[in-house]
Amino acid sequence: MGTTQMTSSLDRPAVLPASGKLPGKRPGISRRPLLIAALIAVLLAIVPVFVKDAFTVQVLLMVIMFGALGAAWNLVGGFLGRVSFGHCVFVGVGAYTTILLLQHLTLTPIIGIPLGGLLSAAIAWVVGGPTLRLAGHYFAMATIALLQIGLLLMINWQWAGGAVGLEAPIAEAPWMLLFRTKVPYYWIAVGLAFLTFLATWFLVHSKVGFYWRAINGDEAAARSLGVPADRYKMLAFVLSGGITGVWGGFFAMYVGFIEPESMFSLSLSVQVVLVAILGGVGSLLGPWLGAALLIPLSEGTRVMWGSSGLGLDLLIFGLAILLVTMFLPGGLVTLRRRRGAARR
Amino acid sequence: MALLDVKQLTKRFGGLVANKDISLSVAAGEIVAVIGPNGAGKSTLFNGLVGAHQPTSGTVAFDGKPLSGKTPEQVATLGLVRSYQIPRNFGDMTVLENAMVGALLRHSRLNEARDAAEKVLQLVGLQDRADVRARDLNVAGQKRVELARALATQPKMMLLDEVAGGLNPSEAIALSDILRDIHASGVTLIIVEHVLEVVMRLAHRVLVLNFGQTIAEGPPQEIVRHPAVIEAYLGRKHRV
Repeated sequence: MGTTQMTSSLDRPAVLPASGKLPGKRPGISRRPLLIAALIAVLLAIVPVFVKDAFTVQVLLMVIMFGALGAAWNLVGGFLGRVSFGHCVFVGVGAYTTILLLQHLTLTPIIGIPLGGLLSAAIAWVVGGPTLRLAGHYFAMATIALLQIGLLLMINWQWAGGAVGLEAPIAEAPWMLLFRTKVPYYWIAVGLAFLTFLATWFLVHSKVGFYWRAINGDEAAARSLGVPADRYKMLAFVLSGGITGVWGGFFAMYVGFIEPESMFSLSLSVQVVLVAILGGVGSLLGPWLGAALLIPLSEGTRVMWGSSGLGLDLLIFGLAILLVTMFLPGGLVTLRRRRGAARR
Repeated sequence: MALLDVKQLTKRFGGLVANKDISLSVAAGEIVAVIGPNGAGKSTLFNGLVGAHQPTSGTVAFDGKPLSGKTPEQVATLGLVRSYQIPRNFGDMTVLENAMVGALLRHSRLNEARDAAEKVLQLVGLQDRADVRARDLNVAGQKRVELARALATQPKMMLLDEVAGGLNPSEAIALSDILRDIHASGVTLIIVEHVLEVVMRLAHRVLVLNFGQTIAEGPPQEIVRHPAVIEAYLGRKHRV
């Protein structure tokens, strides 16, 4: 019989064990990343004590927020492998819920922001049913459509501000999360970001995360092993939407003024995707690294060359993205792995 | 009582009848082989059993429960899992993680699932590759990952679709030893197989399909001499 001969037998290792240590004595999952995250959060929190420059603090806040948005997106886009280009629909829902509740019911955002998150999660649940069964590009297109629907609805909904938008009152009222300086918002962002990291860490290091990665690998095969794929896909979308909605509520309080175009924004959605992809899709650290590189770069180039009138800032920003995708196709997180491999 | 009871299963794809009136009863502890030329309907039969598609007519009962309308994940929970002809491992996950996905069906805590998965890797001889990404293994290794993953769900019955296909003779023999160990641990097996050595070594009973229908059924020694089987494989000229 002319059956194909396999080149290597199983008795010869196809690849050396990745870690070089003997299997069998495998320690449980290390909790050290949580400790490091807590330490970084504390360090970030004390930055404004020393750095009085408002621009620096503002850029740091943006880094933290985009890192968190990328981390939330990553649950669906990275671990589950369903790329959403419309995630800012949840930013918008969270933002509008928070401001509307504040304006009409004078409900404090301390309650309004979580409610915005819940409403975002509920919308994800409703929308997830029909869209999550779509594969690949079709899911991505459906999320863009969802974003456009949200945008059009808000533009035409006069009671919710219409195309003009809504303003948060200008006041100093800590219980209403209204501050005249940006530093308190920065502290809230650091706290929320730490919670976001904790949530994603525990999810990914649990049965849920394993099932997401399995569905991402091969949905039919996962089902045949007893993975209730529909339920777990929905869970990823709902949690990701909910976390994103919470950040939307925070974002609204921070900027103090929201309008449909800036909240239900396709370019903002794409920026979240960029942050996650450049940092490293399907890695817990990736989106934070991506934000730490991209946001200062985009803000910095804008400040330095934005007034040149030549679009030089966008040119340099684009070039940086190009370089990362060319030399680190797996994202910034692969830098660490590469260096490790070279040393061995 | 039979563990698996298939009654007059028929599957049509438009005008094509892929399975026609197939009846099969498998008792707990058996190893049954399903053989037949390419396109005979073997994989369709497997897909119909595990709920990957719904049969056109006929019934399947597993462990006394009807399987009609059940999803693949529900069928797996009942204790019936399948492996794929072309390995469909989770390539980015390690070998151990692949097995853990299966083990998580019965253990919801990761630590317990990891322990269970490690035992399974031992059984299929992959314990030294636990930390290798599944896609970095060769075909023989990937087939074992398929086995490990399915076995980790603690099934009552496994449907194995050409596990020895694409392997060289020594790998095929090593694999049939593993299958024997799996069977000895209490799992009933149905194997679809082209490699007759494996069938002859393992099967208690052989079901031969051609053009979607059962053309012969019996112990392996009889089946290889059965005129209808020889005709199906070699054509009328070679009839003994």
